[in-house]
Amino acid sequence: MAKRSTPELNASSMADIAFLLLSFFLLTTTMDQNLGMPRRLPPMLEEEQEKPPEINKRNILQIHVNSVDLLLVNKKPMEVVLLKEEVKTFLSNPRNEEDKPEKEVKNIELLGAISVGKGVVSLQTDRGTSYRMYMAVQNEIMRAYSELRDEFSISQFQSPYAKLSEDRQEAVRGVYPLNISEAEPRDKGKKR
Amino acid sequence: MKLVRKKKKNIGSYSSSSMSDIVFMLLFFFMVTTTMREEEVKVNIKLPEATEIAKLERKDLTCYVNVGTPMIALRGMYGTDTRMQLNDKFSTVDDIRDFVAAKREQLSEADRAQLTVAFKIDDQTRMGIVTDVKQELRRCQALKINYLANHPGK
Repeated sequence: MAKRSTPELNASSMADIAFLLLSFFLLTTTMDQNLGMPRRLPPMLEEEQEKPPEINKRNILQIHVNSVDLLLVNKKPMEVVLLKEEVKTFLSNPRNEEDKPEKEVKNIELLGAISVGKGVVSLQTDRGTSYRMYMAVQNEIMRAYSELRDEFSISQFQSPYAKLSEDRQEAVRGVYPLNISEAEPRDKGKKR
Repeated sequence: MKLVRKKKKNIGSYSSSSMSDIVFMLLFFFMVTTTMREEEVKVNIKLPEATEIAKLERKDLTCYVNVGTPMIALRGMYGTDTRMQLNDKFSTVDDIRDFVAAKREQLSEADRAQLTVAFKIDDQTRMGIVTDVKQELRRCQALKINYLANHPGK
């Protein structure tokens, strides 16, 4: 019997198939970018260490969140959406009010002598507060800070904070340092 | 005058059969290198939303603390209460010390201070457990933390 010649397999479409698979993998595999809010915890206080100095009352913005996610700012109830403006006016104290933080003149590199507010945002939660609410409040505080920094850097360096060089950013951070203090949570609401 | 047409040069058809090999090679590279997830998450986590967030730098210096309710399949065994997961295992706050120590051990001397603990916490979690974790981290001197969140609309 005569040998039949085997027909050649057309392999040109193989590349197409492989390309298809390749592009599928390229598109679907997200490199899993994690986004987050960086924070630094305060070191644990040692027994023999002396307590941190008392802060003048006008320098503290007290934010309480209770176990049903209701917000109390300086003992007055408030909505989360209004918190940003409150924090902003507290930190910048544009009219030098009596009940808002005092300012002191500091020497900052690149800027020279400049008055810096002494405001501290104190955040106290309850054990029953939801994490969502906690993050929402943190986010609003952070937004207040970044807007203040942006406004300042635009007036000073004519460009937003994110686009400044490293040492300029540091100078702006010196004017609006991140002062968020987290008090130990209370346990008033019942555990659910 | 007669227009003389030049003879076309015969361009040898080039073989594209090796193209598929190259593409396959790339394909395998991507299939092998993209690890889908480092650890199997056993708790339901819906991250909270936030806008003031930045990319997490240096993944090799990061360890993850997952907090949420156990997956439906695991509820029979672990209940529906909020649990913490470290390294594929359900853990308690007391295990954090060993967890951080083990991670520190893997890092070089210079990187140890840069160790970041990333919180992957479900947004319905109560703050009680979060605070317990934070207090324990303070005791372990692991002070750099990061609250992972999603950008709304992304």
